[in-house]
Amino acid sequence: MSDSERGTGDAGLQGPAPDERPHPEGRRNRHGERIESVTDAEQDPRTGVVSALVEHEPGVLAKVSGLFSRRQFNIESLTVGPTTVDGHARITLVVEETDSGIEQVKKQVEKLVPVIAVGELGDDAVQAELVLLKVRGEEPDKVHAITQMYEGQTLDAGPRTITVQITGDQQKIDDAVDAFRQFGIIEIARTGQTALARGDTPTTPGESPAASAESTADTETTANTTIATDDD
Amino acid sequence: MSESAPPRFEDGEETEPVNGDPITGDADSAAKTTRTGAQSVVAALERAGAETLFGVQGGAIMPVYDALYDSDLRHVTMAHEQSAAHAADAYGIVSGTPGVCLATSGPGATNLTTGIADADMDSDPMVALTGQVPTDFVGSDAFQETDTTGLTAPITKTNYFAQRADTVGDTVGEAFALAGEGRPGPTLVDLPKDVTNAETDAEPKDATTPDTYDPQTEADDEEVRAAARTLERAKKPVILAGGGVVKGEASEQLRAFAREYGIPVASSMPAVGAFPEDDDLALEMVGMHGTGYANMATTHCDVLFAVGCRFDDRLTGGVDTFAPEAEVVHADIDPAEISKNVHADVPLVGDAGTVISQVGDEMERAPDCDEWRDQCQQWKDEYPMDYRTPDDEPLKPQFVVEALDEATDDDAIVTTGVGQHQMWAVQYWTYTEPRTWVSSHGLGTMGYGLPAAIGAKMAAPDREVVSFEGDGSFLMTIQELAVAVRENLDITVAVLNNEYIGMVRQWQDAFFDGRRAASDYDWCPEFDKLAEAFGAEGFAVSDYDEVTSTVESAMAYDGPSVVDFRIDPAENVYPMVPSGGANGQFALSEDQL
Repeated sequence: MSDSERGTGDAGLQGPAPDERPHPEGRRNRHGERIESVTDAEQDPRTGVVSALVEHEPGVLAKVSGLFSRRQFNIESLTVGPTTVDGHARITLVVEETDSGIEQVKKQVEKLVPVIAVGELGDDAVQAELVLLKVRGEEPDKVHAITQMYEGQTLDAGPRTITVQITGDQQKIDDAVDAFRQFGIIEIARTGQTALARGDTPTTPGESPAASAESTADTETTANTTIATDDD
Repeated sequence: MSESAPPRFEDGEETEPVNGDPITGDADSAAKTTRTGAQSVVAALERAGAETLFGVQGGAIMPVYDALYDSDLRHVTMAHEQSAAHAADAYGIVSGTPGVCLATSGPGATNLTTGIADADMDSDPMVALTGQVPTDFVGSDAFQETDTTGLTAPITKTNYFAQRADTVGDTVGEAFALAGEGRPGPTLVDLPKDVTNAETDAEPKDATTPDTYDPQTEADDEEVRAAARTLERAKKPVILAGGGVVKGEASEQLRAFAREYGIPVASSMPAVGAFPEDDDLALEMVGMHGTGYANMATTHCDVLFAVGCRFDDRLTGGVDTFAPEAEVVHADIDPAEISKNVHADVPLVGDAGTVISQVGDEMERAPDCDEWRDQCQQWKDEYPMDYRTPDDEPLKPQFVVEALDEATDDDAIVTTGVGQHQMWAVQYWTYTEPRTWVSSHGLGTMGYGLPAAIGAKMAAPDREVVSFEGDGSFLMTIQELAVAVRENLDITVAVLNNEYIGMVRQWQDAFFDGRRAASDYDWCPEFDKLAEAFGAEGFAVSDYDEVTSTVESAMAYDGPSVVDFRIDPAENVYPMVPSGGANGQFALSEDQL
């Protein structure tokens, strides 16, 4: 044809066979990183707390949670609620992933159109969870003592069941649940972690703690100025 | 707004004609114009720059079609909604502006989803508009109701459920703007019938993307410097062009950069045409059915400059052996693509053309890679793309592809279905211009070729359009021949007919001990006669001697023509990297698998 090398009638594909070719020695791990040895091959998962500031509109939570199931991210908990800015909500995600996995989680969430900004919180972040525990009511004094020990509240007490509320970080909640086991836990409901960055550090990039406080007084005028719509 | 979409008045309300603004005298800024939500949808499309729509009528989308009746927008009724989405997708690829498809609720919307998913995987700009049952019925499992936004959330860039007639026009405008901005992709607006029927005084605003969407176009200076230094010190550099080069109109920048610095260019399948394949620096396509030389070069390079590519598994093969010794410089407008599949040593977030220019401006010298270019040339000589044409074997598909390439101009557009024929079409046609290769890459949708040819021809009426189809692929959307005939579209469909679902058969022979379960298609119809039944011109060819003259006749026919090329049923696609294998270990024949 136009290329005289082609269609010559008897050549066909040629060249050295696979095992006659040079082969590079390098390798990558499953995250596509170049590795020196097999010991570098695997990353260990860690817990990451990701905070996403989103437009509070129908379907946004479905888009975020759908993203997690579709991309097989390992999600521990997801909490959502409004912020001081009208029309904005904060979603707090706790994920168990490798470093590259957590990077992907952040980027993929950020990519959703109703998402304004995404940040990952450090170990020093203020974190809290709420749990409701319903236990057997045979030993109300002991239940009360444990509840006080964990600075909890009794919400309902009857002859057969007592329901208490505990708040705190994940370790405290886990400890409290263990402590209540002795009474026989009938039912349990946990909210999952919610979190804010400590001190002046913004929880999501561009979010200004000081301005957000003002916006409580005047959400209409500050809504667009307090929240940066882009990030790094 | 559109003058051709006059306000519609019902029940005697506001029947006084509107003659324009009394102060400015401007008919366009009429003080109060009542229109339906559907008329707002159409006005928004016109205002956003849409010209051609592809769709199928139906109950819940009727108000929008009623509004289209008075519009200058061109609507192409397709035989099936899947094809409407593929045609819109191809229209977007060829024109660079979002293609628009429409469907009714329920089955109309679900039929669109394959085409939407296809556009999503390939980052093609597209807007899908779907009818929906009236808001009050939503959630009641009403007739022809599906949760369209729920269904399409994972396969759209974003989607919308239109809430009110007052805002539906703006929503459609935003969907249109978003589809084409940044990394392109499909968007969808679900239109409940009460919203499109309701009246509104609101006029759609200019189409803009939402405030939360602000893609970064220019890469960080420090990373640009790092990229330039990395490329300068490379001894064995390769540029890997991805579909983003085509989408970002960066073909010129890519050519200039590669030639100035003498760096060989490999291409992903969506980038075919971005760099001319007859250039000395061209390595052509890399990956599963890429050229031997592209796969050798990417496997052995020390710096890989990837632009607008997402490192799909069909391109990388096993990630562990993909460019295993290369420092990766990765430019992409979507930050989420950076280090998703292959770790980027130098990440460059930005628009393809801008980033290539930035890196080019920053480079102080070309890499010292004369030896490497010689090595690449040696691989091109060692592993030429060639095929046998013995007299005692039936017609080879590669010959057919080359014959059609020879008979057409450089800017002719090729569309394909999915399968062996798609690979021959990409391997043996010499692509030299962007937006001439229109195919289903990421989703691999059989049946894509014919509706894509319709969309491509609508986008570029003056250019030749050749659609390669396999027998199995063609049968999936063959009903669109009726549309091509009705619209008298001058397209040529070349069926590479081997009476198999050939790629599956190739894999069965290679990996399933030749157990050809359900891949034998000897029940296929005679495509030339079927073409004639649809009103198209039909040809059948089984000998080498007939190829050139039949191609000439088919190209000369003014209207859709179908050539049923009865090809060698035993012919397979090589080179081939087995799924998850090492690209450098590509097989040249079945015994090397």
